Amino acid sequence: MIRIPCPHCSARNSAEFRHVGEAAPRPDPSTATPEQWRVYLYERSNPAGWTTETWFHTMGCRRFISVERHTVTNEIRSARPVGSTGPGPAEALSARGDAGSPDAGGQA
Amino acid sequence: MNDSPLSVVGRRVRSLRSARRGPARYSAFDLVRRGALGKDWPRSFTQPDLKSSYDAVIIGAGVHGLATAYYLAANHGMTNVAVLDKAYIGGGGSGRNTAIVRSNYLTPEGVRFYDRSVKLYENLAVDLNYNVMFSQRGHLTLAHNDSSLRTMRWRAEVNKLQGIDSEVIGPDHISKLVPYLDVSPEARYPVLGALYHPPGGTIRHDAVNWGYARAAEHMGVHIHQYTEVTAIHVEADRVTGVSTNRGDISAPVVVNCTAGWASTVCDLAGVRLPLITHPLQAAVTEPVKMFLHAVVVSGSLHVYVSQTDRGELVFGASVDPYPSYSMRGSLEFTEELAGHVLELMPSIAKLRVLRQWAGLCDMTPDYSPIMGVTPVDGFLLDVGWGTYGYKAGPVAGEAMAELVATGKTPEIISSFDLARFAEGRLVGEKGAAAVGH
Repeated sequence: MIRIPCPHCSARNSAEFRHVGEAAPRPDPSTATPEQWRVYLYERSNPAGWTTETWFHTMGCRRFISVERHTVTNEIRSARPVGSTGPGPAEALSARGDAGSPDAGGQA
Repeated sequence: MNDSPLSVVGRRVRSLRSARRGPARYSAFDLVRRGALGKDWPRSFTQPDLKSSYDAVIIGAGVHGLATAYYLAANHGMTNVAVLDKAYIGGGGSGRNTAIVRSNYLTPEGVRFYDRSVKLYENLAVDLNYNVMFSQRGHLTLAHNDSSLRTMRWRAEVNKLQGIDSEVIGPDHISKLVPYLDVSPEARYPVLGALYHPPGGTIRHDAVNWGYARAAEHMGVHIHQYTEVTAIHVEADRVTGVSTNRGDISAPVVVNCTAGWASTVCDLAGVRLPLITHPLQAAVTEPVKMFLHAVVVSGSLHVYVSQTDRGELVFGASVDPYPSYSMRGSLEFTEELAGHVLELMPSIAKLRVLRQWAGLCDMTPDYSPIMGVTPVDGFLLDVGWGTYGYKAGPVAGEAMAELVATGKTPEIISSFDLARFAEGRLVGEKGAAAVGH
């Protein structure tokens, strides 16, 4: 089992997430050719190495996140909100010394 | 042993002599004779030198690659063929599957194809002079709800139309075949019926790999283990050869028979595939006295169970929920598997799991394989074998050999071509291939 550092909720078990797929830019519907749609729909790089992919935190924040993962070792290099390049809220909080994780929050 | 020129020559002469004699023919008589005389068996495989040119190069020494080489030599007389593998014979999917053979698929194309494979498996031990331990003990796919029972009926009718022995049976008949199965209505997942497929069964997968390898090599095919393809040479959209860690080979035909690594091998030739690679985990228990005489599959519970001739129970599951090339087992798998198996057979609760492992499955969008030509002339595919590759080994080898030898795609695989994704001709087998084995 791998743990995914959700930028919104901190590190969680991968069973909480749904794997959506390799990050693939959607063609522009106003200009895309059938060939471009076919490539978007079916073809995958499926690399044995580092890949950028989208996961959905089904049992957590229910947001899409972009994860860089090594497909042979399952090591995760980064996880950030889809479309952003900076750290997510959880990373920003932990950088301030506040874990920001419900697990670390002690007894309620 | 010293490596003086004389001893090298001596070894060469000895190996030539044994090559001329061919491998020992396995028979009961020979077993007694060698036992009485204390004679060793000769090696099944040699380690030939890599030639700089072959008529065809096959990448992947699993059941598909070896069967392709065997049928090229046996059916078409093409023996100047090399089978390359980055590791050893049958070390990938061919040695990691759960060795179930059946043909009760959902689409007419699929049923026809896998039935040919079952027929080839039935005669394989004689054809190869190798005991492949094919045991047609019957195959049961359980239905736990109305919708899966409906799919079973659909499959049974498609199967019967193609002449396959396949029918839907009720709980009474099921408990006669598998007495230890919990078919009571109180079960958490009650067994409403099953698709019964008597010709289905299990096989000794390693023996199939070794048998094909031995027979192919006997006819002159070179099998190069620990020979990794590092580049595929393409000139003007035509394949011209490959580079390996042991040297370059020129060849007019290169066949990709890899599983798990099909995308990375195709990358070398610049061919893009619609594959996603997932690990699939399996496990075996300690051996016990024979009690399970059929293969039992439950699609709803994501599990299939059979008992080997040695007495171990073999369990398989569905693929892991995210793609990966990692072949490590996980505790989650064992837990879920044990829970599901005990739903079916509560009486085996005290059996211990001996070991677990994972194999790589190249999943296609429609759960059918990809076989045939590519945009690169001479670069052929036999990939995308998802969770159903082993049972198709012989028929895939036979068809790919015909394609290599004649240049024409045989009718039996014509619907599994790569172009089907561009032309919208998908062969949807998910209903029969997703978990049901």
